[in-house]
Amino acid sequence: MLYIENVSKQFDNGFTALERITLKIEPGEIVTLVGTSGCGKSTLLRIVAGLEFPSLGGVLIDNELITAPHPKVGLVFQEPRLMPWLTVQENIEFGLHNLPLPERRRRSEAVLAKVHLTPFAHALPRQLSGGMAQRVAIARSLVTQPDILLLDEPFGALDAFTRARLQDHLLEIWGYDRPTLLLVTHDVEEALVLSDRIIMLHPNPGRIFKVLRVDLPRPRQRSSVQFQELKEQLLLGLDLAGAAPALVKR
Amino acid sequence: MGFYTRSSDLAPSSEPQNGRSPAKATHSRQQATWGAGARTGAKGLSRHRWLRSRYQGWVLPIGLLIAWELLSRLGVFPPNLLPAPSTVTATIWGLAASGELVRHIGITLFRVVLGFGVGTLAATVFGALTGYSPVAHRYLDPLLQALRNIPSLAWVPLFILWLGIFETSKVALIAVGVFFPVYLNLMSGIQNVDRKLVEVGKIYRLSQIQLIYRVFFPATLPAYIVGLRNGLSLGWMFVVAAELMGASQGLGFLLIDGQTTGRPAIILASLLLFALLGKLTDSLLAALGKRLLRWQDTYISA
Ligand SMILES: Nc1ncnc2c1ncn2[C@@H]1O[C@H](COP(=O)(O)OP(=O)(O)OP(=O)(O)O)[C@@H](O)[C@H]1O
Ligand SMILES: [Mg+2]
Repeated sequence: MLYIENVSKQFDNGFTALERITLKIEPGEIVTLVGTSGCGKSTLLRIVAGLEFPSLGGVLIDNELITAPHPKVGLVFQEPRLMPWLTVQENIEFGLHNLPLPERRRRSEAVLAKVHLTPFAHALPRQLSGGMAQRVAIARSLVTQPDILLLDEPFGALDAFTRARLQDHLLEIWGYDRPTLLLVTHDVEEALVLSDRIIMLHPNPGRIFKVLRVDLPRPRQRSSVQFQELKEQLLLGLDLAGAAPALVKR
Repeated sequence: MGFYTRSSDLAPSSEPQNGRSPAKATHSRQQATWGAGARTGAKGLSRHRWLRSRYQGWVLPIGLLIAWELLSRLGVFPPNLLPAPSTVTATIWGLAASGELVRHIGITLFRVVLGFGVGTLAATVFGALTGYSPVAHRYLDPLLQALRNIPSLAWVPLFILWLGIFETSKVALIAVGVFFPVYLNLMSGIQNVDRKLVEVGKIYRLSQIQLIYRVFFPATLPAYIVGLRNGLSLGWMFVVAAELMGASQGLGFLLIDGQTTGRPAIILASLLLFALLGKLTDSLLAALGKRLLRWQDTYISA
């Protein structure tokens, strides 16, 4: 259980990025954060990940207050952030430093197969396309078997095709272990395809503006009437939050 | 080049790729063919390029040598000032035959290697400290930067006074010369390590020590190797200074010897040997660097 309790964040320069964010997320739930650029989405993820500390409030994971990165929480950054000197497989094993080598190999090979990158196990990051690199980054998080996986615009830099494919991948992977997913996206359809709940934030200071439940069964048909209705609702909500221009792309 | 990439794109199942950038061609390729095709392609290419670049490097020096020899034989250059390459070679040969050459080269190499080792060691310790720890940086860096502004040769009198005219003062001078480029490159290398990669280390809960050797060390290696190469070339510069200021052996001594006895062939022989040894040791470092930095995605990554 992930519990974000009354979190506010004021940076050293006095800027308030987040104000009184409270959010309860059940194990296995998929929750998406949407909102304009600068409304504090990344900051919230970084706080949950233990890279940044709230000025007020706190984050509880299984009733334990987060003060440093938690072993059961994985974070996929907006960019792949692979170590350029390690091969794909070594990058995936980066977080497994406490395991014996055979166990590391076994796990990384299993995950490589899940993200369909086995033929590239020994390639270097510079030899990968953007989408492949992002899959490696996701694999690097998955291999540590997190209970909670945080994803910051994981597919933001990718074309629509690759993006749709990776969304399917993500759901497929989620199907194996059912980790809690908390992700940030700028893409309305992506939010609707993936999430159980969509949290709309508004900026200055970043606050929860509205919450939208998505109760459609998976896999979801983007062309279905219910899907389109929810999309309308979401766009309307974002419009009210003053975010529409940035989000209405398609 | 565009032509090759295009043709291999059109026929993804056909034989090895000729395109210059394996990574680029990969997108459109079947995964299975990628591994084999890209690998053999890259190997054949780099071998070809290696051969060609070797030849290109030799063209100018050999041309100049031939011209020099010809002009000497035609009497254009006075032999008592600028002897022919063949005379210089004969001089080197003579030194080698008498066993003197090995002794001179040996002692000079010994001084450079020792001075380089000492300078590098000190620079690595200080560079790592000031690069990694802002506190150490605030305390140490201003002092070191001030010392850096003393022209290294200005240390000579002090070193002779303190350490005598024998090996210790020579090695110390070389070490001082080597210290600064290694120190500066290492320090700025560490300071410029991508914060984003360090955060990845933190997310996976690396300890301070693990963070240093799994993120900082590899990320700093390129800058460090640049520093080592600069340091080594300064080491060669300072060994000459050290040997000019008083030595009875070494390539620098040969320079003085040639000057005082009026034998330009000896001076030229010494210069030539400096060039060869300097190039050789630098190539060793460069090769080591290339091996360690194969992962780099640079303009000239062979
Ligand atoms: N270290 C910092 N110091 C001061 N202000 C910061 C810092 N980091 C972020 N901010 C500010 O906090 C706000 C929220 O930043 P954040 O990166 O969380 O936005 P975001 O919602 O992720 O935006 P985007 O969609 O563009 O990624 C921004 O206005 C930013 O300028
Ligand atoms: Mg962000």
